[in-house]
Amino acid sequence: MHNEDRLQPSDIMVLNPNFHFRWEEPQQSHVLLYPEGIVKLNATAAEILEMCVMRGLTVAEGTEQLAHRYDGADLMSDVMQFMELAYAKGWIRPKS
Amino acid sequence: MPKAGSGLSLDGLGMPLWLVVELTYKCPLKCPWCSNPVDFDRYRNELSTEEWKDLLREGRRLGSLQLGFTGGEPTLRKDLEELVDEANRLGYYTNLITSGVGLSPQRVRDLKRAGLKQVQLSLQSCDSELSEKLVGLDVFAHKIEIARTIKAEGFPMVMNVPVSRYNIDQTEALIDLAADLGVEYLEFANLQYYNWALINRADLLPTRQQLKQSEAAVAAARERLGKRLTIYFVVPDYFDERPKACMNGWGAIHLTIAPDGTALPCQEARLIKDIDFPNVREHSLDWIWRESPAFRRFRGDDWMKEPCRSCDDREKDFAGCRCQAFLLTGDAANTDPVCSKSPHRYLIDDILLEAENRQERAGADALIMRARCRS
Ligand SMILES: C[S@@+](CC[C@H](N)C(=O)[O-])C[C@H]1O[C@@H](n2cnc3c(N)ncnc32)[C@H](O)[C@@H]1O
Ligand code: SF4
Ligand code: SF4
Repeated sequence: MHNEDRLQPSDIMVLNPNFHFRWEEPQQSHVLLYPEGIVKLNATAAEILEMCVMRGLTVAEGTEQLAHRYDGADLMSDVMQFMELAYAKGWIRPKS
Repeated sequence: MPKAGSGLSLDGLGMPLWLVVELTYKCPLKCPWCSNPVDFDRYRNELSTEEWKDLLREGRRLGSLQLGFTGGEPTLRKDLEELVDEANRLGYYTNLITSGVGLSPQRVRDLKRAGLKQVQLSLQSCDSELSEKLVGLDVFAHKIEIARTIKAEGFPMVMNVPVSRYNIDQTEALIDLAADLGVEYLEFANLQYYNWALINRADLLPTRQQLKQSEAAVAAARERLGKRLTIYFVVPDYFDERPKACMNGWGAIHLTIAPDGTALPCQEARLIKDIDFPNVREHSLDWIWRESPAFRRFRGDDWMKEPCRSCDDREKDFAGCRCQAFLLTGDAANTDPVCSKSPHRYLIDDILLEAENRQERAGADALIMRARCRS
């Protein structure tokens, strides 16, 4: 990435190595566990994370895959919005 | 422990997301602000390895996710590795909260192998002389060695600094030290005045001026270091207009188990003398969390009195801290006296005024160090 804080669709993002992302049965939701914190993710956020971060794809590729599930809808701006937030919060980082 | 701004004003759906196990109250150090009970030595009938394991299993069934091993000094328990291993297997995110005194580099590696996820190491000063004065033993060099090992083993690490007037002027130097050690999180824990800290309160409170300078140093460092180092500054509530949102509410997401198996909504709660706290040796955790009178006592807001009852902020701060209300006003159901709307706020103001007018900065000699046989 060129500019430190702007994400590009061509970036490959990975989960912060200190974070754990998984399904929790009692909560019936995906959670992020990390030092000093817990985030319960809603279904959309979990889906984006699963597709656009956990599979080693670029953001654009992940978004395309995701779009197949939703009749080819244009999800780019929604995805980017979530990814920016996740990046700002330190959940994810560019693959180095 | 959850930090302000960590995304934790979270709805636990009634589950004890945050489980804290105090494996023992024993500790070789003598911190004069220790949050352990003043009569800690009375609680020697610690849960056995098997009892702790049962408890950990029950906690997961109730939905607990984050697990903190603390004390006293949790590393004094020889079964720590075994318990970490079990907790990890059960799917907890495991945190070790330690002064570092019971750790050797080899033990840090063993804990890593057992699946420990994170270490919080307390550091009281950035020089060995003051450190020794404050904790009663010469352990500074050892702590630094352990900090470096923790980082070398690849643990994310919180450096916890319990802040009093004696070390607050080292804010900047401590930030530099944290950055040098490469820790991810630095927590300035302005002291909470319960138990030992309450005994020494008049002597430990910083002045408003000191606090301001410390906050300025933190702000400058955040600017300078950005994402490299996250600095938490736990608000010294006495200096605030509003109370802390203590524990996210009583019996909301926090569950502490004391060394003898007593279940508490927060680590200090057993100081509220008129509540009978249930013990995991006698009851199921499920009953304790959902049904026990102790955990239901201050859940929600039906129990609140004025001015909280009719205040819009009650969903934000849950009327503050029950322990503080009990200690300073004699009734745990009162508004936390830190709140400017509390009729007891004058108590806090008097204490602060006294601290401002204290004579000359004393050496640390006046402090009453944590020791046995006080009750
Ligand atoms: C009671 S100690 C137990 C773990 C270990 N013995 C240690 O000191 O790191 C848990 C944490 O609480 C902090 N602490 C102790 N007394 C405190 C107080 N009165 N106010 C705020 N934090 C306190 C310690 O610095 C430590 O990080
Ligand atoms: S705060 Fe100090 S005295 Fe208390 S348990 Fe921790 S290291 Fe020991
Ligand atoms: S009156 Fe009670 S609810 Fe309102 S701000 Fe003060 S402590 Fe919080």
